[in-house]
Amino acid sequence: MKGIIGRKLGMTRIFDASGRAVSVTAIEAGPCPVVRVKEQETDGYRAAVLGFDRARRATRPYKGQFTDRTAAPLKVLREMRLADGDDAPSGEVRVDIFQNGDLVDVRGRSKGRGFAGGIKRWNFHRGPMAHGSKYHRGPGSLSSRMSGGGGRVFKGRRLPGHLGSVRVTVQALEIVQVDPEHNILLVRGAVPGVRGAIVEIRESCKAGGRKA
Amino acid sequence: MDQIRRIEEAQLRSDVPEFRPGDTVRVHVKVVEGTRERIQAYEGVVIARKHGGLRETFTVRRVTYGVGVERTFLLHSPRIDRIEVLRHGVVRRAKLYYLRGLSGKAARIRERR
Repeated sequence: MKGIIGRKLGMTRIFDASGRAVSVTAIEAGPCPVVRVKEQETDGYRAAVLGFDRARRATRPYKGQFTDRTAAPLKVLREMRLADGDDAPSGEVRVDIFQNGDLVDVRGRSKGRGFAGGIKRWNFHRGPMAHGSKYHRGPGSLSSRMSGGGGRVFKGRRLPGHLGSVRVTVQALEIVQVDPEHNILLVRGAVPGVRGAIVEIRESCKAGGRKA
Repeated sequence: MDQIRRIEEAQLRSDVPEFRPGDTVRVHVKVVEGTRERIQAYEGVVIARKHGGLRETFTVRRVTYGVGVERTFLLHSPRIDRIEVLRHGVVRRAKLYYLRGLSGKAARIRERR
């Protein structure tokens, strides 16, 4: 299982070999020291715990996780599950685990939209804004008098509420460029989160991890 | 943001001439026809430049057979062979969208010397 932790830098556009413009997201990824390897026998599952970015402050219990492997405590810790046959990575994971054309899944926390109405949150249609209409952006009717045997609102009714700021995975994004010198990956398309957000980049679960 | 700039720098073209909205340019574009590639010129007035860095674009307007045509090019695109600046114009705004509503004599632009 190939995976690394990174920070979203922002988006731009670059030209590919045929001169076409490709939208890319720049991600500063790694180097990620392997902080710990979890084993079937001791932990019940196999995973590599990767760290990223130096922590400026750390409590003693937090520091305790690092003692035997890395000198400085790291700000972000993420687990990468290992399949049965996988060898555990050792030392440091760097961007060079990926190459151009690899497909990856990128996971991060999406931008928070606050308390959003039904139009933004659930793609509801809006009503007429004029011609005497008083129904503009509201949710409309919630239910009928006969629903559920007595006029109640079913659970799961799509209503306004909090939108965004949840964990989102975008699957099968193509790696466009790998820059081992600056620890930067250029991934085709958009990635969840604000600029500066922490993202996890894994080998894609789709299409065998390679572009067809 | 520096990092983004550094990524873009690698592909920036250094042979882009200086030109502004109001200038008349001839853009030599590489066109692929079937298997052959040839160069086609497109001439007109620059009515806008947008964005920055590698993402910069410019829009060229021309009127052919009474029909207004506008093409937007990526300034740093490798598909552009070269850009010729034919004439510098005097204009007082950055976006010349008002030209769309004008024709003939009214759409002229004074030359800058």
